[in-house]
Amino acid sequence: MEIFQGRYLSWETQEGVIEVALHHGPCNEIGLLALEELEKLSSALQSLVHNAHALIVYSSLKSGFCAGADLRELYFRSQEMEKARALEGVRDFLERIHKVLNTIDAAPLTTIAAVHGVTFGGGFELALVCDLIIADKMARFCFPELRLGLIPGFGGIPRLKRDLGNGVVRDLLLTGRSFNATKAQAVGLVSQVVAEGEALRVARSTAAQLAKFDRRTAIAAKKFIKPIPYHELKQEIDLFCQLFVEPAVEAGLRKFVENTAALPYLP
Amino acid sequence: MKTQEQTLDEILDLAAKHFKVARAKLGPDDDFFKTLGIDSLQALDLLTRLENHFHVELPDYELQGVSDFRTLAERIQARL
Repeated sequence: MEIFQGRYLSWETQEGVIEVALHHGPCNEIGLLALEELEKLSSALQSLVHNAHALIVYSSLKSGFCAGADLRELYFRSQEMEKARALEGVRDFLERIHKVLNTIDAAPLTTIAAVHGVTFGGGFELALVCDLIIADKMARFCFPELRLGLIPGFGGIPRLKRDLGNGVVRDLLLTGRSFNATKAQAVGLVSQVVAEGEALRVARSTAAQLAKFDRRTAIAAKKFIKPIPYHELKQEIDLFCQLFVEPAVEAGLRKFVENTAALPYLP
Repeated sequence: MKTQEQTLDEILDLAAKHFKVARAKLGPDDDFFKTLGIDSLQALDLLTRLENHFHVELPDYELQGVSDFRTLAERIQARL
């Protein structure tokens, strides 16, 4: 499919660049709908890559790139079923989203996340699978999962560890604080910080530059410098599932769902 | 180095301009959530604008419970 128009995301290919737009309010939360459409993208990539050298993922919503997993859906679905079944559902979801993200991570083209605003949790993890992150100066990155008694579950820790120093990973994860784009660039997470509203334009300009290089060399270079940490990714799923059955998680999710505070993401 | 009063003035100027509220309507002890009528995403936006403007890092937890411009200015001043 050269063009796809879904409820969560859309894509089209132009001049060798696959542009994936996220457009599901309030802020592209990743639930079952997102997963199904991301799986469509993952399957379509097998043929799309024959006519493309780059992929850009961005959000067309003003609120931000992606606020992460759909915690409301997770909470309400978990409440509808017994604990053992809820856990099976969570593991299945994680295994499916990991498969999608591993496919994008290893895709034989150069991938760029053009981010702005909220880039939290699973949204941050989606950006982390890309080869380059180009950030609007108003972008903010955060892993707030510990406030729920959880760890990031979409591959965040292994990929952060792949890309950054362990001290920065601990800061992000253990404090749950958010980084702005300038800080994210200073620690090596973001390749370019651009003015408000310019991330997609700069991502397109970067993708045009990539077209000048030999495709096979770019693929070989990517494979050489960006190994997929499969073993740790699997360990992450196991640890997430181990933590998910703790009472603190249900309490944390309920608190989030019922929270009307001005800064509900704060740990 | 800026004085705390200068920092406070700049915060009020920035908030008034960005959230399109008359500067004269903003006072140092106002609850900025109420005065500016902002939600959590807009509060994050304000936090990022302040960090960019003053070239400081403001860990989210340092702002927990802070809702007036004067205390916000104190937190920023402590990092200038």
